[in-house]
Amino acid sequence: MPEVSGSFLDDTPVEQRSRAAIWLSRLEGPQTMGRGPVFWAVVVLAVLGAAIYPQFTNPFAVGNTAYFMVWTFMAMGLGVVWGYTGALSFGQTAFFGVAGYAYGILTINVGAAFGFTWVALIISVALAGLIALLIGYFMFYGRIRGVFIGIVTLSVTLVFETFMAQTAGPQWRVGDARLNGFNGMSGMPPLTIPWFGGDILLYPGIGLYYTLLAMVVLCYLGLRMLLNAPFGNVLVAIRENPERAEMLGYDIRLYQMLAFGLGGALAGLSGALYTAWGQYITPSSMGLTAAALPIVWVAVGGRRDITATLLGTLAVLYAFQTLTIYGSQYALIVMGALLVFTVLVTPDGLIATAMERIGRLFGKTRR
Amino acid sequence: MSEILSVSKLNKSFGGVTVARDIDFALQAGTMHCLIGPNGAGKSSFFRLILGEHAPDSGTISFRETDITRMRSFERIRRGISVKFQVPGIFKALSVRQNLEVAFQHHLHGHNLATTVRRVLEFTNLESEVETAAGVLSHGQQQWLEIGMAVGVEPQLLLLDEPTAGMSPDETRKTGEMLHELNGRGITILAVEHDMAFVEQIATRVTVLHFGAIFAEGTIAEIIDHPGVQEIYLGTADE
Ligand SMILES: Nc1ncnc2c1ncn2[C@@H]1O[C@H](COP(=O)(O)OP(=O)(O)OP(=O)(O)O)[C@@H](O)[C@H]1O
Ligand SMILES: [Mg+2]
Repeated sequence: MPEVSGSFLDDTPVEQRSRAAIWLSRLEGPQTMGRGPVFWAVVVLAVLGAAIYPQFTNPFAVGNTAYFMVWTFMAMGLGVVWGYTGALSFGQTAFFGVAGYAYGILTINVGAAFGFTWVALIISVALAGLIALLIGYFMFYGRIRGVFIGIVTLSVTLVFETFMAQTAGPQWRVGDARLNGFNGMSGMPPLTIPWFGGDILLYPGIGLYYTLLAMVVLCYLGLRMLLNAPFGNVLVAIRENPERAEMLGYDIRLYQMLAFGLGGALAGLSGALYTAWGQYITPSSMGLTAAALPIVWVAVGGRRDITATLLGTLAVLYAFQTLTIYGSQYALIVMGALLVFTVLVTPDGLIATAMERIGRLFGKTRR
Repeated sequence: MSEILSVSKLNKSFGGVTVARDIDFALQAGTMHCLIGPNGAGKSSFFRLILGEHAPDSGTISFRETDITRMRSFERIRRGISVKFQVPGIFKALSVRQNLEVAFQHHLHGHNLATTVRRVLEFTNLESEVETAAGVLSHGQQQWLEIGMAVGVEPQLLLLDEPTAGMSPDETRKTGEMLHELNGRGITILAVEHDMAFVEQIATRVTVLHFGAIFAEGTIAEIIDHPGVQEIYLGTADE
């Protein structure tokens, strides 16, 4: 038995590192795959590739890629809630819808002057996050767990869809914004950046593409840091063994609620961006099919790693759209088959498994 | 000596099964106390009541003079109780290091966290397994890891549910030494144990539970000589 003197607690002075340095060091860590110069070189190349991509393709492809990027926030949020925290939410689309409608109502009433569209975006995302916190509070503090979380969240989104679908009459309006029932709301302004001598419209063109690319990169890096921080470690501990996590002194319901709130806010970001991108939002964006798709993206890519979630989502969205050319029912069936294949063959997700293999080739896996 | 934990008139049943029957129990600070009793006697349930995982039907539990009967589990832990469960409660998919970090990080950060992890690794003989996934450790090592998780941020009271289950005699002896060392640092230990040799190695006092009630309590010699205890427990101790 080795002799251990005194306390386990250390008495030497704490090494002084700036907060910024600590957070930056968390870009790599136990909860995210990928580290070292090779990995980051690939990341930089991928971002550079995405940055010059518009020079080599047509405006349609650029707008289309922007559309794919819109969805990745909801996917990464679901990755945090389901993959990292272990709560399978079937209702991220509810928060998507809340923020989408909120963006529409705010911008139709206030307009787009002075960059208000961005204020509207932030308010919508905050609203979605708050509602998610509230639902999360009732679920986690009400000791709902396992499959019942899926049932509750699915019910919430379907109730919301049903409610919005019956708002066709003229009495359903908020100020100037008609909710329009099943046909949905349209005519809201896209995102704009106020500029001397005229706002810059971030309408499907290049401007929106670069804005979204920057947001995806920031969100991805931010989540990497958060997931490798103590907060992320606790989320994973809760997923692995909630009882043990509580018995280490963590208020696990608080952590679950916060993770759910973050997931809701990110779904809301997708919803508000989607509404700004297409200038419409309909109740079907909260329906059963819409609610199921994020689960397919996240499961196929790999829910337990944020990089796999991001790449998987982009890949599945691309495949889905390509297949839809042959018919949308057909595409949905293929998506279902893909989900079953993933669950049976690579339960950790196709991309996550591939990354793990590649990592092993380079002799590098997670720390 | 003062009482670190005191339980009074504690009752709990699940349907027809009574797991705690009018339990009055006092644990003296600084001691190593063993809880024994046949399978199903209610030992683990007693721990779960102390930890707040089960709410008692009646009775009170005080820890360091504070009534904790209605407190949430994590709040009790933060007041200085730590536990190692009967079934190893480690995070199997995480590495040994990550397990320890998660266990300590709400008290310790940066350099202090790293040093404490290193010292606990030494203490638990797991230095060579730092990056191993906890799920693939041997059974004994898993128990040690969980003890390490429970003691890195030094608790006042350490609850151990069958710490030596599945261990080799050598590992059992080492565990006994570990517990003596922890006790030497001022940690009060309450351990559920079946192995009477081990109980003799560590315990200053022993309490016997039977059908959820306290059947006997005394020094190890008193318990071994107690005729009733031999009948209910020691005679059939080889589970
Ligand atoms: N949550 C529960 N619901 C119903 N019955 C329970 C529950 N927990 C424990 N029991 C029952 O209570 C009794 C006591 O169980 P407990 O696990 O406390 O015994 P124990 O003394 O720890 O036994 P062992 O030595 O086998 O670990 C058993 O009969 C068990 O089946
Ligand atoms: Mg037991």
